[in-house]
Amino acid sequence: MSAAKSEFNLHFNSIRLVYNHLQREYMGISRKLMTGDEAIARGAWEAGVKVAAAYPGTPATEILENLARYDEIYAEWSPNEKVAVEVAGNAAIAGVRAIASMKHVGLNVAADPLMTLSYTGIGRGFVIVSADDPGMHSSQNEQDNRYYAQFAKIPMLEPANSQEALEMVRDAFTLSEEYDTPVLIRVTTRVCHGKSPVTPGERIEQETKAFSRNTAKYVMIPGHARKRHVVVEERTLRLRELSEKSPYNRIIKGTGETGIITSGVASQYAMEVAPEADFLLLGMTNPIPSELIRKFAATVRKVYIIEELEPYLEDQIRALGIECIGKKVFPRCGELSPEIIRRGLTGKTPETVAIPKDIPIPARPPVLCPGCPHRGFFHIINKNKLFVTGDIGCYTLSVLPPLTSMDTCICMGASITGAIGFSKAFRDQPGKKAVAVLGDSTFLHSGLTGLMDTVYNKANVVTCVLDNRTTAMTGHQEHPGTGFTVKGEPTYSVKIADVARALGIQHIYEVDPYNLAETDAAVKSSLALDVPAVIVAKRACALKCKNVDFALSVVDQDQCKKCNACLKIGCPAIVKKGDVIMVDKGMCYGCGICRQVCPFGALIAVE
Amino acid sequence: MNETKNVIMVGVGGQGIILASELLSEAALLAGYDVRKSEVHGMAQRGGSVSSHVRFGEKVLSPLIELGQADIMLAFEKVESLRACEYLKRGATIIMNNLEIIPTTVSLGAGSYPSDVPGCLRELGFTVILVDAQNKAKEAGTSKAANVVLLASLASLLEIDKEIWMEVIRRRVPKKFLDINISAFNLGYDSLKA
Repeated sequence: MSAAKSEFNLHFNSIRLVYNHLQREYMGISRKLMTGDEAIARGAWEAGVKVAAAYPGTPATEILENLARYDEIYAEWSPNEKVAVEVAGNAAIAGVRAIASMKHVGLNVAADPLMTLSYTGIGRGFVIVSADDPGMHSSQNEQDNRYYAQFAKIPMLEPANSQEALEMVRDAFTLSEEYDTPVLIRVTTRVCHGKSPVTPGERIEQETKAFSRNTAKYVMIPGHARKRHVVVEERTLRLRELSEKSPYNRIIKGTGETGIITSGVASQYAMEVAPEADFLLLGMTNPIPSELIRKFAATVRKVYIIEELEPYLEDQIRALGIECIGKKVFPRCGELSPEIIRRGLTGKTPETVAIPKDIPIPARPPVLCPGCPHRGFFHIINKNKLFVTGDIGCYTLSVLPPLTSMDTCICMGASITGAIGFSKAFRDQPGKKAVAVLGDSTFLHSGLTGLMDTVYNKANVVTCVLDNRTTAMTGHQEHPGTGFTVKGEPTYSVKIADVARALGIQHIYEVDPYNLAETDAAVKSSLALDVPAVIVAKRACALKCKNVDFALSVVDQDQCKKCNACLKIGCPAIVKKGDVIMVDKGMCYGCGICRQVCPFGALIAVE
Repeated sequence: MNETKNVIMVGVGGQGIILASELLSEAALLAGYDVRKSEVHGMAQRGGSVSSHVRFGEKVLSPLIELGQADIMLAFEKVESLRACEYLKRGATIIMNNLEIIPTTVSLGAGSYPSDVPGCLRELGFTVILVDAQNKAKEAGTSKAANVVLLASLASLLEIDKEIWMEVIRRRVPKKFLDINISAFNLGYDSLKA
């Protein structure tokens, strides 16, 4: 084909594509691929949301990132989820539509305002998004946050794909206003990070509702709260009626043999695995539609409940006196998948090709990146043989070999308070000392109160803040210490050393974790103290700060004694092939930590 | 095409799998199919094993491929193809990047890297197509475009017009990298078509 002809064809085809696109747009079926997170943000924008707040957390992070792209929406990375729910919840009380989003464990942090915002109700629509993580792809537990809706007595919607995510979030604001309640949108990793086609709509601006003082509703002293509790119970009765007729709870007729009650992404798997079955798809799952469930169960021979994690629906359906099969055949632990559902329904396991047992498949766990500033710090921690109470972030990966330098990791902020617990338990064992290790974003999220406690209650704890100038694990979000807002506007940058000083810490060491000698000296000197101390290890995340002209490392094979000391820092750029240790030039960042740990000077810098 | 096409992409965090699966999904949508895609962001991206499922056809619901149901695998790294093998249909096609990334576990002696991955998979009845994506991408201008070379190899086996792929690349790739990516795509596409 001649170049001219090929160019013509390309041109012609582009015109055809544009034509097709315009035609679809004209017919109102212009579809876009969106993740659930994008669709949630879009739905909120279309609903006229004016205020959005969140703290990053997988799989919810991208909701706020997308909300922040809309000019009409004020969006903020809050220091933590409690702050986010209070900011957004009060914006709703003050008269504008607002949304707060977080990962499942974030709602634990925000549970305090959640429980009472249910009593006060709202002025304009208020939606809270909880993104659960069945299978714990990136979480410390797989708690089922549907119980929070029951616990707080607020309505809950559960989208199964991106189109539903957009529509349910958009409609949740109307629901919120009609019933004067926060609404919980509960999604899971596969909905948040899955992509499917969406037909977006337009934004409908909402008038601000003028706030007027109403202390009986918004000031929750006991005398007022007692009356509000009654209002909440009455609201629940009305929500039950709504659930019966909600378009999100719907029946799909099948052969009448197998009836499946399901919700969320599990419904998508189940409808493909059992296309002949009868389905009751539940999109509004608090309160559940009892009458609709009774009606559905009466039309089928056998009822299955397919839901991820806990028997949330199953227990309630059993309480209606309906016999059903659920957690007996579908697991409680981990996420569901098409094959797990097939096995539960039919007992059949899909046919797969197995790799012979003698073929090795080496494990490939996530690792600290080449050039990660945490690596040098943990190398020093290991050298000093310390008890380490860890925290939530990239640095939690240091628990894996070869660094293996963490003793506990529970939840955000628990490193400092954990070390206090250790130090008080160790108080009759002189010489034993715990070190708390956490990141900058985590410190600002929930480390401050713990650090205050080390001073107030005289805990002999060394708190190490690995300050890489970002919220790294979730994909580099700004925080109060970075100097920028989520919209990229410059703002005040909180200094961790200043905070520590203000809380009463008298010994503060600021070190560069790329400098092992300096870091080691700070660790040793802080350990020798009998009062609380803080080490701030300051160095930007290697993924965020790429434009550096550091010298890369190379192995001088004549000097290398194969002692493997360099391998023990767990850098992916240092590879051993057969007996030869070398540095992968394409991966090396040039942090120089390997050159500092090699006892024979075999790792050298190349210009 | 009446049946749903199931494509699984596997590799190591940082190899550009998410972009490749985005481009495939966009191309399938533009070609008029219903599309579902799923992968996990976050912790796994830090140099760990990653995979992405893309499904397209007349009507698709599940974002995950059922075990034993993938038609094609696009492996960005050799040993990762073995790890995800149970997703493949008997006799499925595997497009494999001729690249070994040694996990730190192997360097530390806590495992070994298999010697002949393509041979092993061929013996199990799979069709294995080896692609020298790193070198082809270098030829186009940068080894970073290896993901586009691999995607193009996959594209040459699918029933989606080349012009649709070009349109998707033009929409998604920033202007200053566009030429490199288009020539990377052409190199990958033409080598398999020929």
